[in-house]
Amino acid sequence: MSTAVADVEAHGHHGPEKGIRRWLFATNHKDIGTMYLLFSLVMLFVGGAMAMVIRSELMMPGLQFVDPGFFNQMTTMHALVMIFGAIMPAFVGLANWMIPLMVGAPDMALPRMNNLSFWILPAAFTILLSTLFMPGGAPAGGWTMYPPLVLQTGDAFPYLIFSIHLMGLSSIMGAINIIVTIINMRAPDMDLIKMPMFVWSWLITAYLLIAVMPVLAGAVTMLLTDQFFGTSFFLAAGGGDPVMFQHIFWFFGHPEVYIMILPAFGVVSEVIPTFARKPLFGHDSMVYAISAIAFLSFIVWAHHMFTVGMPLTGQLFFMFSTMLIAVPTGVKIFNWTATMWRGAMTFETPMLFALAFLFLFTIGGFSGVMVAIVPADIQYHDSYFVVAHFHYVLVPGALFGILAAVYYWLPKWTGRMYNEKLGQIHFWLTAIFVNVTFFPMHFLGLAGMPRRIPDYATQFTDWNFMASIGAYGFGVSQLLFVYVVVSCMRGRGEPATAEVWDHPKGLEWTVPSPAPFHTFEEPPRIGAAQTFS
Amino acid sequence: MIRRLSLCVTGMLAAAGARADWAINMPRGVSELSAETYELHMIVFYWCVGIAVVVFGAMLVTIVRHRKSRGVTPAKFSHSMPAEITWTIIPIIILLIMAVPAAETLIRIEDSREPDLTVVVTGYQWKWHYTYQGEDVAFYSSLARASSEARHRGSGIDPASVENYLLDVDKPLVVPKGAKVRLLLTSNDVIHAWWVPELSIKKDAIPGFMNETWFQADVAGVFRGQCAELCGVDHAYMPVVVEVVEPDAFEAFLDSEREPAPAAITDGSAR
Repeated sequence: MSTAVADVEAHGHHGPEKGIRRWLFATNHKDIGTMYLLFSLVMLFVGGAMAMVIRSELMMPGLQFVDPGFFNQMTTMHALVMIFGAIMPAFVGLANWMIPLMVGAPDMALPRMNNLSFWILPAAFTILLSTLFMPGGAPAGGWTMYPPLVLQTGDAFPYLIFSIHLMGLSSIMGAINIIVTIINMRAPDMDLIKMPMFVWSWLITAYLLIAVMPVLAGAVTMLLTDQFFGTSFFLAAGGGDPVMFQHIFWFFGHPEVYIMILPAFGVVSEVIPTFARKPLFGHDSMVYAISAIAFLSFIVWAHHMFTVGMPLTGQLFFMFSTMLIAVPTGVKIFNWTATMWRGAMTFETPMLFALAFLFLFTIGGFSGVMVAIVPADIQYHDSYFVVAHFHYVLVPGALFGILAAVYYWLPKWTGRMYNEKLGQIHFWLTAIFVNVTFFPMHFLGLAGMPRRIPDYATQFTDWNFMASIGAYGFGVSQLLFVYVVVSCMRGRGEPATAEVWDHPKGLEWTVPSPAPFHTFEEPPRIGAAQTFS
Repeated sequence: MIRRLSLCVTGMLAAAGARADWAINMPRGVSELSAETYELHMIVFYWCVGIAVVVFGAMLVTIVRHRKSRGVTPAKFSHSMPAEITWTIIPIIILLIMAVPAAETLIRIEDSREPDLTVVVTGYQWKWHYTYQGEDVAFYSSLARASSEARHRGSGIDPASVENYLLDVDKPLVVPKGAKVRLLLTSNDVIHAWWVPELSIKKDAIPGFMNETWFQADVAGVFRGQCAELCGVDHAYMPVVVEVVEPDAFEAFLDSEREPAPAAITDGSAR
């Protein structure tokens, strides 16, 4: 879908391989990017189907469809599939496609490793999803895998650990590839600080990945040896410490949260200037803000654990460090607003998703400040308020960032304009239903509904009913997205120009649409049209 | 189609509203600290609303005014040091204003000295066990029978017909009004969390650890909560119920609990 064979032949180079070999042995960053994106789309629907099971069961009090054990499997698997299968691979796919095009490189620096890091993922998720059919069922102890509960997992346990190892391996290799590409393969006159924001956000994200994925690998390996080799890292009876797992897990887990949101920041920083027809406000301070957020992500982990019983000074430290995150995040929100200020905006689908991101991610940020306040968090912790908070930053945050990126660059990938009308309908349905689904969860949590329960006291009925309706609407709306994307891939729609939009900045708009199989074989010169700061 | 869908949704919501509760906020609770926590929650919430009005207001103004269809030409500016310093400093000041009362309340929450009564709370899959220290009183507290019968799939019992569905136990924790009750929490198997919103208490019960928290209820009554940490299949079915009674009634309760059997035997038979 991503190639223009004629153009490639004109350069006297080989085109893509034919048939399955093209994908199985892919080393081209565009092909691998496409596979990552399609894989994440499939996983979005797998994880979404699990969300539908969850919301169906929670629509009414009492158990109607599933038993509590299966319900717990669904919440656990929904999280694992969405985080490691949908959001992260989607951003890696965007990185694969766009980073070489944005820095003027011919391909990713390590194309064969790129192939491996993608093809590990289908294997990892086959293993993970196969646990649904094992004796004892899929993992049901929550995606956080807290011991001792996770050690009660049935036959699925070693498969869970092994699939996490594989996902981590894939992420680390992908991250190394991205860093090497950005550091070594930029166009000659592109200074680091002048790089596009999407590239910047991914550079920092990649370092976060390298820093924390091994920590997760270590944590789950210790679970494995506790289960099978008689160690007691996390077992109190053997002198171990179950809380230590939580510290290690969240030392991975909090940077992980930013791994899922920083590339979305990058996307929004690309989209808003294009449709406001005005340069990004405070480019350099945006870079510093992302760096500050990345640094802070390493010193806030225990805010996930305010009820485990930490010393007072520890709680105070993690409260203050967590509140600090609001400062660089605020700078980003204000800078995006200043970018729009006195611009000349139009509201195509990518811009609509970017604007919804701005509003709704900020709501997630507000509830983020609230959960930082320890006395109040003692009430919010493990309630639906937290569920509302992290879905606001992950769905209208990370996912809307991905959707904005797909609509923004889809014409560049496929050479076709997507159907703008359908795109806007998709946007409005998605934006409305996301709020119908997740806003009531704030109320449920404050009123006292714990998370991860299949059944609830009857006073929680109304908001749960509303959330379930919203979830169905949200799920169905995404079918429209698939239709829009597949139409472009199959070559329907108006042919797109090289620029696609109204004089966007960036090297990716200097190559034809669709982007030829090989681009920037000669390093490009960055003209005045492509400068960023 | 959208109109029909929205009509349909409104209709269903109206039907659901027939047995409405629609609670939207944290309870103020029945202790000094729960009220303080509630106030803190509201202060931070109002700050967020205030910031939202300013930030979303600016976004809406620019979305309405600075659009190409109004024939504007885009400005060219892309830096402003004073503006960026301003919107770095102001959030820091606001955060400091929030941090001070939060820290004060937290320090009070952590001060569990000089309790009037100490109860050891042990989490089990899936019930709670309470031991009144120095009183020779101990018992299990499990999901009440009415909820237990209605909770299964295909039970044929409408949860709405069960009083306090999933929030009722066979034997609640009974404590005296106005007394400082210290809880020592631990677990027998996996991690649980003891949560009563009205008392503003949530603390993990961790195997091999002894966690400490406390409350002082100023109002007599029955206060309900649930296990808040995923603890396995029946995580949703181990509620916490605290009955706050007048001191005289509490003494009577202790006497009645002591008489029938020593704690150790109650322990064995209940399991």
